[in-house]
Amino acid sequence: MEKPINNRAWLLVAPVFLIVAFSAIVPIMTVVNYSVQDTFGNNQFFWNGLGWFQELLDPSTELGGRFFAALWRNLAFSAIILAIEVPLGILVALSMPREGWKVAATLVVMALPLLIPWNVVGTIWQVFARADIGLLGYGLNWLGIDYNYTGDTLSAWITIVVMDVWHWTSLVALLCYAGLKSIPDAYYQAARIDGASRWAIFTTIQLPKMKRVLLIAVLLRFMDSFMIYTEPFVLTGGGPGNATTFLSIDLVKLALGQFDLGKAAAMSLVYNLIVLAVCWVFYTVMTHAGQDYDGNRRPQEETPA
Amino acid sequence: MASITLDHLAHAYRPDPRGPQDYQLKEINHVWRQGGAYALLGPSGCGKTTLLNIISGLVTPTTGRILFDGRDVTHLPTEARNIAQVFQFPVVYDTMTVRENLAFPLKNRHVPRADIVRRVEEIASRLDLSAVLDRKAQNLTADAKQKISLGRGLVRSDVAAILFDEPLTVIDPHLKWQLRSSLKELHRALDLTMIYVTHDQTEALTFADTVVVMHDGSVVQTGSPEELFLRPAHTFVGHFIGSPGMNVLPAEVRGRTAYIEGIAIALPSAYPALPPGARIELGVRPEFAELTRAGTGVPVKVRRIDDLGRTRIARIEIAGHAAAATVPEGLSIEGDAAGLKLEPGQIHIYADGARVAGEGGA
Repeated sequence: MEKPINNRAWLLVAPVFLIVAFSAIVPIMTVVNYSVQDTFGNNQFFWNGLGWFQELLDPSTELGGRFFAALWRNLAFSAIILAIEVPLGILVALSMPREGWKVAATLVVMALPLLIPWNVVGTIWQVFARADIGLLGYGLNWLGIDYNYTGDTLSAWITIVVMDVWHWTSLVALLCYAGLKSIPDAYYQAARIDGASRWAIFTTIQLPKMKRVLLIAVLLRFMDSFMIYTEPFVLTGGGPGNATTFLSIDLVKLALGQFDLGKAAAMSLVYNLIVLAVCWVFYTVMTHAGQDYDGNRRPQEETPA
Repeated sequence: MASITLDHLAHAYRPDPRGPQDYQLKEINHVWRQGGAYALLGPSGCGKTTLLNIISGLVTPTTGRILFDGRDVTHLPTEARNIAQVFQFPVVYDTMTVRENLAFPLKNRHVPRADIVRRVEEIASRLDLSAVLDRKAQNLTADAKQKISLGRGLVRSDVAAILFDEPLTVIDPHLKWQLRSSLKELHRALDLTMIYVTHDQTEALTFADTVVVMHDGSVVQTGSPEELFLRPAHTFVGHFIGSPGMNVLPAEVRGRTAYIEGIAIALPSAYPALPPGARIELGVRPEFAELTRAGTGVPVKVRRIDDLGRTRIARIEIAGHAAAATVPEGLSIEGDAAGLKLEPGQIHIYADGARVAGEGGA
């Protein structure tokens, strides 16, 4: 078949190109530009080649050291919250009501934490966990537990993790709930006839059917926690010391605190590449899972009995 | 192995049924013989799936009892009844192989491993699944999946009855025949009670020895395919079974004659017991109504003639009422006037939909 060629079609593409150029390409190129130069202020720039990148990726330098420290810290944080939020979310979804007025009530309650601005979430927990006036902090100390998130690393980490779990488990639960609701009744009936135990129903029916939404949930939660900024910034400001300084907090310290534009630009590009790489891995896994699903379309998903 | 008795069974989905209109399933008394092949036939929404779910224990009836071999199982849960069910859409456990799927009900019941292996092999060979035993069930075709769901019922040696809920809905037409005949073979080989729910008369009539026709929540007729065809107990059965369905025409009966808008039709017997005030109808299947030349038999108007290949069916009007009739070979109709000859023994009289037996018949 012959494709019609008409140069006026470019006019249709041009607006998109312009928008993308100003929203993405130009800002990113500015960062690339900074990342290969050094400046001592006065708008004077000196060529530095790949110097910042070499320094950044070498853990023995000051810059590389703090970058890798923040990176590991951030990965540990993501791993911890995923390990808690995913099983907890599944558990919550399994225990949510499946019909009646309770469904709407539960959904509203579940959605509440998701609707609170991140800054406010940080503030809520900042006040709530304070050892002198906060209900949680004061209560813990009253019980004899030594708890102070501004001074103690462990307390700070626990507070941030609990805050994130409080804030985001709902999202995982709601996604899992959607996955569970899409399972036709016949599966449960067949399982009952086959004499399956509650655990067998979970592992053989519910978990496989939730695979796709779980992948999406893990992706969303990983990316979000990997890029977390607002809540820990409001809660601990990255402290005590650097104990909760995650990548984005470190980046802001570097760029706006120290005004090391070159280093910060190099760091944000590497940061960005990591995020893109993880996204790509997830995307590949997800489309493969999707092929299993759609390559052999199962009618029971389309027509509830 | 069991016979299943439905004893004054009725079901309403709302918790406080007041009148008969609240019942999705009106009172039913029926015995499913051990080893019988039954079809439960009726249009969508007539309550047949509800009845099936009551037998399998997925639904508890509002009133009445279910007995398996005389033992009351009304309140027993599904897993405690020796019942297997095949659903409209194939249910397989995606993550398991075909072998694991078939072994699943036995594993859950803690059957010894050696028995499981033997049983699974046996059933797989019966169902022609031996070649795919180690493949993931998820990637198989719909008919293979449906065989797996059936197999999960068959592997259990304690199964008394297998219930089918429109199992061929998602199967390709050319495979339907195949699957249906293997079902029949299995039925003969295994001496199991099978209850097959469908809205497709061909499926019901080819599968079952006994067809139970349901309409609007109640059983309107139970009988062999032949009985349903020759003596429909209800105008609904006449309509629903047969293609095209039975002609049902409003009539008046006096002595041994029926009058359709004044046109007289001789009846084989008299109907002295017709309830007064009832809606009287005359029913005759198109197979027993033959078109003749104009001027003979009952005068009719021919609308069109459908050539079905082996037979020709005429769409006609008798005194303004639409009907169908067979066109004998060699008959050609000029214009739209024709006659109609009815086979006397095959004319039925219905009062308010129910068949009335004639007296003094030939």
